[in-house]
Amino acid sequence: MIAVIGLLVGVVAGLVLEPTIPAALQPYLPIAVVAALDALFGGLRAVLDGIFDDRVFLVSFLSNVVVAALIVFLGDQLGVGSQLSTGVVVVLGIRIFSNVAAIRRHLFKA
Amino acid sequence: MSTDPQPAAPSPDDPSPAGSPAPTPVVGWRAAGRALRPRATRAQALTGVLCALLGFAIVVQVQQTDESGLTVLRESELVSLLDQTTRQADELQQQVNELERTHSELQSGSTSREAALEAATRSAAAQGILSGRLPAQGPGVVVTVSDPTGSVSALTLLNLLEELRNAGAEAVQLNDLRLTASSYVVGGDDGVVVDGSVVAPPYRWVAIGDPSTIATALAIPGGALAKVQIDGGTADVQQQDQVEVTATRAVAEPEHATPRSATDD
Repeated sequence: MIAVIGLLVGVVAGLVLEPTIPAALQPYLPIAVVAALDALFGGLRAVLDGIFDDRVFLVSFLSNVVVAALIVFLGDQLGVGSQLSTGVVVVLGIRIFSNVAAIRRHLFKA
Repeated sequence: MSTDPQPAAPSPDDPSPAGSPAPTPVVGWRAAGRALRPRATRAQALTGVLCALLGFAIVVQVQQTDESGLTVLRESELVSLLDQTTRQADELQQQVNELERTHSELQSGSTSREAALEAATRSAAAQGILSGRLPAQGPGVVVTVSDPTGSVSALTLLNLLEELRNAGAEAVQLNDLRLTASSYVVGGDDGVVVDGSVVAPPYRWVAIGDPSTIATALAIPGGALAKVQIDGGTADVQQQDQVEVTATRAVAEPEHATPRSATDD
């Protein structure tokens, strides 16, 4: 419940503040968002598995974001930034799908 | 769907039971219900903070994507876009240059054609007057030679014509004949013949030129008018500001002579 409230608070804050992203961070924010979504679904799955741990959730959330941004940064430095960010998005998308599949099996037994 | 044995984010081999609220795992809907119940635990607070962060980031990114077309593009994409735009601009600039060149060419061409046409028209008018093809008007003199006895000779009349020419007459008419460079005056059996036709007195000359110069030239002692009087005729010279030479003559096409370019002299 608090998670849902937190999400709503974040959305409202973003809408109200309308911040400008620094130019240096612009390529990394979308990837970081996708990585964070992956961590969120992973956490939800862990809740349903009954093995949720806040420390693991925190670490996986932050490391997902940092590693995704790092990969994109490295790709930019190597000149394959767009391809590598596509790859990261694909991988994270697959993980999100598998997590959602596990959640679905837990909730609907199907 | 792939059956991933491991949860994506929290791995099951790291159970870390320190923060878990229940010693025995609760699964399925009951777990979801437990998670939805608000409790002031560290796990809930942390999750709320992280979710707030995520929501904030999502909204910011969506707004950024909405408002900015170019700023979300990568450096390489921007470079290729810039290249493309620059190339297009270059091509368009080339087209502009070509069209401008064509435009100026056409303009100068039409200008020079107009100038040539104007010059040709002016030249044609001047040649027409000098060759007797066109009627003319202007200041001049009217010389009337009366010859009641028919004693004025063709030579005297030719003398008068020569004197008019010498004084700068540009167009000369005798009675209804236009006199030009090729005109001739001969004495025939039945009178004076000019250019093949008999001319009867009184002889009325109309000459366009400077009136005072012509009058002075005709009146010099021993000149044309004096010869007329010697022959037994009378001459009257009127200077006028406006006389009209109305007679014309057809100009024959040159049969042997062709124009020669003046530039390769």
